[in-house]
This record gives sequence, structure tokens and C-alpha cells, in this order.
Amino acid sequence: MDLGLWIEWIVKAIILIVVLLIGFMYLTYMERKFLARFQNRYGPNRAGPVGLLQPMADGIKLIFKEEVIPKQADKLIFILAPVITVIPAWVILAVIPLGSIQLFGRTIDFSLAGDLNVGILYIMAVTSISVYGIVLAGWSSNNKYALLGGIRSSAQMISYELALGLAFVGPAMMASSLSLARIVEAQSKTVWFAVLQPIGFVVFLVAALAEINRSPFDMPEAEQELTAGYHVEYSGMKFAMFMLTEYTKMIVVSVIAATLFLGGYHFPFLTDRWPWLGPLVLFAKVIILLFGIIWVRATLPRVRYDQLMALGWKVMLPAALLNVFITAGVMYVLGMIA
Amino acid sequence: MITVSLIIFLIVAVITLGSALMVVTARNLVHAALWLVVALFGVAILFGLLQAGFLAVVQVVIYIGAIVILIIFAIMLTQRNALEIGSRFNENWGWALGISALVFAALVWAIVSWPGFHVQAQPLDARFDSVAELGKALVASNGYALPFELASVLLLAALIGAIVIAWERKPEER
Repeated sequence: MDLGLWIEWIVKAIILIVVLLIGFMYLTYMERKFLARFQNRYGPNRAGPVGLLQPMADGIKLIFKEEVIPKQADKLIFILAPVITVIPAWVILAVIPLGSIQLFGRTIDFSLAGDLNVGILYIMAVTSISVYGIVLAGWSSNNKYALLGGIRSSAQMISYELALGLAFVGPAMMASSLSLARIVEAQSKTVWFAVLQPIGFVVFLVAALAEINRSPFDMPEAEQELTAGYHVEYSGMKFAMFMLTEYTKMIVVSVIAATLFLGGYHFPFLTDRWPWLGPLVLFAKVIILLFGIIWVRATLPRVRYDQLMALGWKVMLPAALLNVFITAGVMYVLGMIA
Repeated sequence: MITVSLIIFLIVAVITLGSALMVVTARNLVHAALWLVVALFGVAILFGLLQAGFLAVVQVVIYIGAIVILIIFAIMLTQRNALEIGSRFNENWGWALGISALVFAALVWAIVSWPGFHVQAQPLDARFDSVAELGKALVASNGYALPFELASVLLLAALIGAIVIAWERKPEER
């Protein structure tokens, strides 16, 4: 393997993590600011101009907090759990296509891992292991509330993973490939899959909200019932890592939704002319989706646990299955005509 | 001949086997389940080294993402003080060792006597779409259509069976 390739990979990986970290910091700011406006308040406005330094202040505060490890906790797993939670949120974006440009006589592909032929399945795999951090954090704390939060969230994530996986099938069938680059290409040739796959898109958005434990499905963190859920015993930077994961996952699902259903880095006419705009176009789509997620949190109350399970198994799963059947049927009929 | 992939293979193999040993010897059930995750992840990396990306990813989705999660779920719902009692071995460990050694020897013999064993594996063509080939093989009538359908029917039967067992009957229906 040549050295240039290694340098390219390392530089890309560092850029990705830096972007995600800064994205996390300012997503908390964005959420607090927007929530405040939704509720007719000002939100953070003391640290720096219009409160722009608030995330820094929060970070510094959390670093200097005392880290408490409960006496009865399983120490190794208690310390490992935040790390296990963060890793899937960071590695999942490696397969997202961002377009490519010609520079210095070689094609530079913006995406990290290039075009993986099982890209969608890679996303499924990483999503399916992201449950571990939460379950282990809940179990190792040796606290009833934390354990209940962990069990709830694992049940919730397993249930909604099915609908999420079936929502992935639609775009994969339309593009007749599991590669994300092919899926974006297919959308650049026709229209966005959100138009062709309305049921799949809605199922994906709802299941993704449940998968990242966001409101109205933030059941594992229900303050009224579970004090704080799986991370109740965590403090200081370990707590910050759970928060980091939650916000990073918001960014990640927005990127995936934009890639699978909203054309990814491609925007008609714009990126055909200037391919280097690809990452910026994706960024704009992600900001819009993130605004939607925050809007949902400001609007909807938390659903009850049994309602959550009923929705997952009795509505989302059949709808996702139906979507797969309809897509297959329409594609078969169109294939017969053509 | 020592290549990079051979070194990676050896490291991964040692980690996989070591963590598999830890699964059966760990005193804490949750720790055992986590060692199982490490072992299964090692197998996924081995699939990846063989350019079987689809199998590697499916290994992670199904075994690590579903099966071990269910195992951990079941452990978490059991009593915590039932986790760390007793020795890991009982009086039958000699028999177990003998039978495992026999099965291992039989498997090694079967693989070595397979004619493809001594052929050097060639790297796949970059344009070769292993996912599409696998998909076609699963539904082709001269491929694996029959085993595939049989497995589907079996899984469906298991699904229905599970629903019947878990079905909450109303008192008047009994």
C-alpha cells in the first residue's frame, strides 16, 4: 500500500472527526437557541456574541467536574460503555459519498472509505452495534433506574431497527445496488427517492428518531419515570460522551436520510456544474433535517412506552413491509412494460 | 511467505480464539457475552480479509447486532446474584474436551481432503459484484433455491410458533 493513500485516509478521518465534534458543539447551541425561540425565550446569550461561546463554556465546565464511579459498579464496563457508545456514531459516516473532484492530476474522492459495495448494510451493522453502549452503561451502573433505562432503550432500538432496515430496502431496490454512491447516482438521474418512496421516507424518519432516542421517543431518558435513564450514574466527561453521541447521531441520521432519500451530495444543475459544492449541498440538507428534528422535539410530547412498542410493531413494521412489496410490484410492472 | 494480510490473519485468529476461550471461562455472564462479541467480530474480520464484504457485514448485523444483544437482554432480566456462582467446570469436562477435539479433527480432515485446499486463492476482479452473484445463486433453480426456501419456511414456522406461545389468551377463551 502506498504512503499517499495512508496519508489521504488519515487526513480524511481527522477532518471527519473534527467536523463531527464541531458539529456536536454547535448543534447543542442550535438546539437550545431554536427551542428557546419556539418557547418565546432568548436562549443562551451571555457567553460571547449572541451566546456563540456557550458550547465552549459547557465543555470546560464538564471537564472540571468530578467523575464519580459508583462503588458497586462493574468498573471496567462502566468506563468502557461511553467509549463503546461513541465509536459507532463516528465510524458510520465513513461510507457516505460526498462526490469527487479532479485535483493535482488525481481524482480526490471526498468520502472516507470510498465506494463500499455493501454500504447500506454497513450502516445497518454499525447501527445495530450502537445499542451496546447504552445497554452496558445501564447494566454496569448497578442502579435500578439505569438498568430500566438500558432495557427500555435496547427493546426500543431492536424494535425500530426492523422498520429502519426495511426502509433501507426501498432505495436499494430503486438503485438496484447496496452501494450508497450508486443510490445517489440513481437519484441524480431521476428524482429524489423521497418523491418516489414517500412511505419509505416517512418510516425512515420516524424509525430514525426512535433509533437515536430522540423526542418524542426519548423513552430511555424519561426524567419523570427514570430520573435520567441509562446515564444516571455518569458524571463529568463520561456524561459528556453520552451527550456527544446523542447529538452526533442526530447529525449522522440526517446525513443518511439526505443521502438515501434527498439526493445526497447531488443537487440538480448546481453540483453537475461545480462538483466541489457536493459536501456543502449535503451540509445544507443536513441543517434542514436537523431543524426538523429540533422542531419535532419542541412540538410533540413524549409517547408512552406501550404506545411506542405498539407503533413500532403494529404500524411501522407493516408499513415498511408494504413499501417493499409496492416498490417490488411497481418495478416489476415497469420492467414488463419497458 | 509472510505478507501483511497473513500477519493480520494471525493476529485476528489469535484474538478470536482467545476471546472464544474467555467466553467459556469468564466468571461473569455479561463479560462472557462481551467476549463472544469480540470473537464474532474477529470472524467478521476474517470474512473481510477473504474479500467477502457482504458476509462480514451480515455477520455483524445478525450475530453481534441481534443474537448477542438478545443474550445480554436475557442476562439483564435475570437475577444479578445468579451471575457469579460456582465453578466453570463440572465433572464432564473431560468428555466435552474429547468430543470437541474429535469434531475439530474431523473438520480439519474434511477441509484438508477438499481438492481446493491447496489452491492459492486469487484476488477477485474489482468489477465482480459478489452481492449480485450471491443474490442470484439464492433464487436460481440450479443454485440454492430449495435450501433457501426451506430455511424461509422454517423461520416462518418458528415465527408463528413464537407468536402462538406468547399469545395472551383472554380468560373466557380458556
